[in-house]
Amino acid sequence: MNVVLIVRGGWLAIFVSFFALTRTVSAYKVRMNLPRIVITGVGLTAPNGNSLAEFRANLLAGVGGIEPLEVRYMGPLIAGVCHYDPLKYQKKKEVRVGTRAGSISIYCAHEALADAGIPVESVAKDRTGIYIGITEHGNVETENEIYSLSKYNYDTKFWSHYHNPRTVANNPAGETSLNLGVTGPAYTIGAACAAGNMGLIHAAQMLRLGEVDLAICGGVSESIHTFGIFAAFKSQNALASHPDPKKASRPFDLARNGIVISEGGALYTLERLDDALKRGAKIYGEISGYHVNSDASDYVLPNPERQAECVAASIRRAGLRPSDIHIVNTHATATPLGDVQEADGLRTVFQDCPDTYINNTKSFIGHAMGAAGALELAGNLPSFEDLVVHPTINVDNLDPKCALPGLVINAPVKAKRVDAILNNSFGMLGINSTLIIKRYVA
Amino acid sequence: MTKDECKKLVIEIIADIAPDEDLTNLKPDVRLRDQLQLDSMDFLDIVMELRKRHGIEVPEADYMQLASLDSCAEYLTPKFQAMGK
Repeated sequence: MNVVLIVRGGWLAIFVSFFALTRTVSAYKVRMNLPRIVITGVGLTAPNGNSLAEFRANLLAGVGGIEPLEVRYMGPLIAGVCHYDPLKYQKKKEVRVGTRAGSISIYCAHEALADAGIPVESVAKDRTGIYIGITEHGNVETENEIYSLSKYNYDTKFWSHYHNPRTVANNPAGETSLNLGVTGPAYTIGAACAAGNMGLIHAAQMLRLGEVDLAICGGVSESIHTFGIFAAFKSQNALASHPDPKKASRPFDLARNGIVISEGGALYTLERLDDALKRGAKIYGEISGYHVNSDASDYVLPNPERQAECVAASIRRAGLRPSDIHIVNTHATATPLGDVQEADGLRTVFQDCPDTYINNTKSFIGHAMGAAGALELAGNLPSFEDLVVHPTINVDNLDPKCALPGLVINAPVKAKRVDAILNNSFGMLGINSTLIIKRYVA
Repeated sequence: MTKDECKKLVIEIIADIAPDEDLTNLKPDVRLRDQLQLDSMDFLDIVMELRKRHGIEVPEADYMQLASLDSCAEYLTPKFQAMGK
């Protein structure tokens, strides 16, 4: 009996081992055969530009976009405000009924499709997915409703019947699907300030799985229309202030004193390479690698060790070495601690990379929250063509603790080559996302 | 308040709710939904704005009274008058 069991157990062990080996080999094969995913269109609105061309020109010219903003209950503050024309793609009624995040998404989606050369009428509606990263959603509408209700002695019969469709977490993606008539999956991805990257990462995964043939993806934010985010950062001693709004967002500078909150959005069209080539699409770059992890250490404080792991894993998964990365776009938000921690993390990964430049886009546009990662990537994408690296501005006195080798300060530099861009976005509750885009090579 | 004045107030509300619509040639005896792109949420907006701007309550059972400008005037004018307007 025992002999039989042992023999059976032996066969079982061999079978399990064989099965495990087969699975490993299969996983390897699947990974090797994954379709290549490319960026074919960019649509954006930022505090300093409503198209990629305008945004990029201002990044190279050192032109930021922070301005005074009157915030309910708080008075005059500063913020990054977008000045796109909502009526370019929406009816007045859509703007009235919808949300600012929905409107930004619709604008960016249309711009991305136009940039990609895909007429809205020709979009295969059921084979298109909309994946939009958000830091938060619903606070703006809830605050507005409560403020409105206060004028009616808090009688809830004056509460808007639009509250629910405006505040559901999928709102920005849902409004975009309504506007475009897209019937494929359309939803948001909540990942705090790591969300912009997450929109692209998720879209790439869905394209590789064959769930959709075209993805409209990225991140958006309407946060400047809620007083709560300003008040919370103020209470946290993390809200930037400066007599000159344009100098308020100053990552890596010794005098930095916090975050400038901004709104904005950047959505991309992503396609499988074969599909893009078939229709002769312009290719901005290829999704090379990514990684997402969690700090599991604090509600708000970043964790440089986990951030470094995220960066290193994304490079490894891209099949690259740190020295293959030519631009690192930092997440740095200009908080005294956060900038140093990111610098510490990057120093461990890029210590021997003389051709790697490091920059920061928030110094121009502030922190666009859920849009940050997507907007900052857009600001760097043209570097594949012009080989110019936009700078980090407002650095009058570089904090020695942030003095990273390759940090581009106050003026653009011409790089010898730009083959890969690494984009960092980190968020509260310790979510980290790193995305690597490489130059498209056939 | 006259019925014509009542219709003007209703049109003011509709102008805000449906800002893309041309309201210059609205036919008072034709259903609003047959002349304008209005959905059920828009009618709830009309009810809400009557409440907010004029303190008038329209119970759900009476929503059908808001079908056309004429029926709005028939139904709402006495309510305005009862409020001393």
